[in-house]
Amino acid sequence: MGAPGAATRGQTAPAIELRGISKSFGPVQANRDISISVRPGTIHGIIGENGAGKSTLMSILFGFYRADAGEILIHGRRTAIPDSQAAITAGIGMVFQHFKLVEPFTVLENVILGAEEGALLRPSLRRARRELLRLEEEYELQVDPDAVVGDLSVGHQQRVEILKALYRNADILILDEPTGVLTPGEADQLFRILARLREEGKTVILITHKLREIMDITDTVSVMRRGEMTATLKTAETGPEELAEYMVGRKVLMRLEKNPARPGKPLLEIENLRVTDDSGVERVKGISLNVRAGEIVGIAGVAGNGQTELLRALGGYAEATGTICIGGKRVPLSGPGADGGARRRAGIAHVPEDRHREGLIMAFHAWENMGLGYHDRPEYRRGIFIDNAALRQKTEGRIRRFDVRPADPWLPAGSFSGGNQQKLVIAREIESDPDILLVGQPTRGVDIGAIEFIHRRIIALRDAGKAILLVSVELEEVLSLSDRVVVMFDGRIMGERQAAATDEKELGLLMAGVAQGDPA
Amino acid sequence: MDASTIIEILNSSVRLATPLLLACLAGLYSERAGIFDIGLEGKMLTAAFFSAAVAVASGSAWLGLLAGVVSALALSGLHGVASITFRGNQLISGVALNFLAAGMTVLVAQSWFGQGGRTPSLQAGARFTPVDLPFARALADTPVVGPVYSGFVSGHTLLVYIAVLAVPLTWWVLYRTRLGLRLRAVGENPGAVDTAGVSVIRLRYMAVAICGVLCGIAGSHMATALQAGFVKDMTAGRGFIALAALIFAKWRPWQALGACLLFGFLEAVAVRYQNLSLGGITIPVQLMDALPYILTVIILAGFVGKAIPPAAGGIPYSKEA
Repeated sequence: MGAPGAATRGQTAPAIELRGISKSFGPVQANRDISISVRPGTIHGIIGENGAGKSTLMSILFGFYRADAGEILIHGRRTAIPDSQAAITAGIGMVFQHFKLVEPFTVLENVILGAEEGALLRPSLRRARRELLRLEEEYELQVDPDAVVGDLSVGHQQRVEILKALYRNADILILDEPTGVLTPGEADQLFRILARLREEGKTVILITHKLREIMDITDTVSVMRRGEMTATLKTAETGPEELAEYMVGRKVLMRLEKNPARPGKPLLEIENLRVTDDSGVERVKGISLNVRAGEIVGIAGVAGNGQTELLRALGGYAEATGTICIGGKRVPLSGPGADGGARRRAGIAHVPEDRHREGLIMAFHAWENMGLGYHDRPEYRRGIFIDNAALRQKTEGRIRRFDVRPADPWLPAGSFSGGNQQKLVIAREIESDPDILLVGQPTRGVDIGAIEFIHRRIIALRDAGKAILLVSVELEEVLSLSDRVVVMFDGRIMGERQAAATDEKELGLLMAGVAQGDPA
Repeated sequence: MDASTIIEILNSSVRLATPLLLACLAGLYSERAGIFDIGLEGKMLTAAFFSAAVAVASGSAWLGLLAGVVSALALSGLHGVASITFRGNQLISGVALNFLAAGMTVLVAQSWFGQGGRTPSLQAGARFTPVDLPFARALADTPVVGPVYSGFVSGHTLLVYIAVLAVPLTWWVLYRTRLGLRLRAVGENPGAVDTAGVSVIRLRYMAVAICGVLCGIAGSHMATALQAGFVKDMTAGRGFIALAALIFAKWRPWQALGACLLFGFLEAVAVRYQNLSLGGITIPVQLMDALPYILTVIILAGFVGKAIPPAAGGIPYSKEA
């Protein structure tokens, strides 16, 4: 449990102390009686599933929301934080998951925005340049002050966010899911920066749902579940299993159990596939790849390296050149016959990366969504009409088999949680009995309990002799689920490894575009 | 074509470009801050009417200008409340203001003056008259300098000079001041401004207010300087042409000046040559009059390169972590 009493023991007051913070949005209680206390000069992790209330708590700390009850103490002094300005004045800096940067501006302009000295820019910019260079030196955060932010890599944009906070004299830095968009290499660099900040006496709060990050970098960790703080522990005295249990509220199998693959003949053969996006940029630059029956091929890579376009081309909703053979038969890649319906009839099922835009229609009932893409199948048809009763009956069975909660086919898709929405999509696609399953980001925004379930269903499909192509930006997921791993970088395949014979470090280098044998 | 004809066409280009330029800069402030404003037309029209009406009643062009600015500001306020405070759709709000202006001006004019929806003609004191710049008289007969300075630079109404000076001023505000940095930022990523501890709402209201003032001057110019009174629909789509010019200029002040002068020039040519003969073919007056609108269509259809609007334009801001 949180230990507010700890505050009085040491000589130094905690950098941040929360006492009994509660916040609800309508009937939803996002935070319930939360108390934590973070010692200065430490890295404190806050871990919890999506929707556990982590972000709400941090938004309260940064003045985005006002707590319904409770108080905030900064360095022992009770502090009201009605808006972001108050948070900044109190020495709190926040690095949001989605960066708050003005892309057409330079680094320097982004840094001074809101912290300008006077009505004219020139003196502010001059002083900021000196100060920025000093900060970059002190914290080893090199960025060109005159670079346009939109041209920087994601990792460097994040540095700009940290520099913004430091420029405002933040001594408490909150980072919300900071590694979601980084390569493993960039994430390691970020952790080095955080360690450096700790050395300089800054207090860091790291919000994440990744257990490994908590174990790697934090000194203490708090676990949140359903709006409550379920535990606060010293990181050295706990482990991933215990944390996962606190997060989910029950024992979770951390290692995925699976038998070795017994691959059969190739079901999906891709030869020199090229995909050009709407703005004329070639995103997939000649990919050749086979997926055999009874194996899972995982595609690893940082988001935006052509994986999305590859999936779309395979699924039939982006035109491409090259060849795709399904079960030995060539399918058209453009013009008539190159659409999602034709691909589904050819034996491909597709769990799209973005279930909100491509997987479900949020305003439709669960059972209506169950027919999407398959409504022309004989079992759902009665003459020229859709057989709604058959669809509803099918949906009830799937909801039961896939443990969708709440088990109500009449609920609109948008009313389910992320994990349950994903279960609906996966149930629809797996139970359509495909030969080949394309899965994009199967567990994005899905909580740990559901992740385990979804992974088991994918493996069961493999063991039933189907070919599975998995795309995920979660390297851990690709590694644990796949039999073979292919790394994409800049629209090309950087390398292929047997999942059992590689590790995150090797794949991380490939993901960063460093070919084998190159100096890292 | 002799020199005096050229000077004459240029003079009338500048006069006709002035309301466009003011409206274009008005739109620039608003849209740079992320508030799309297709209500420029309605604000100009309203300002044109109230400036004329007050000028008629008081006999003072200055009081007319004040009334024009205040009335355009009121419409800006409505647009702000609808689209900033209540996060409504900015296009719908703008369309509504245009309808409101088109109907209200004629209705009120009829009720006040009973002349079929127009104001009486303004007498000399109630209009902005051309001002002579220093030495304009003395230099009038000097070759080259005379026609250029005395004939072209001098002899416009004050509002024309205000419009032209508003261009460098806008550039300076936008790129050299704190306000400009924040205005540009709030149109690109209001989240960045908010998390930097600056009020998005206040900034956007400020931009919308500046837009109102400039539209007010533009409308007043039309009714009390360009013409002598208000007539129904006298803005004739200039608010929309100003928007086209703004896109053409890619939301930058100097380019806005260029775009508006081009439109003004086309209008001036159409006025000067009602039936232009080119090598035996007479170009009909309708085509000449349509030129600015044709150019607008060409610009809006995207034939002049890709114009990328401010990233957060048209999207109401709400906090989210």
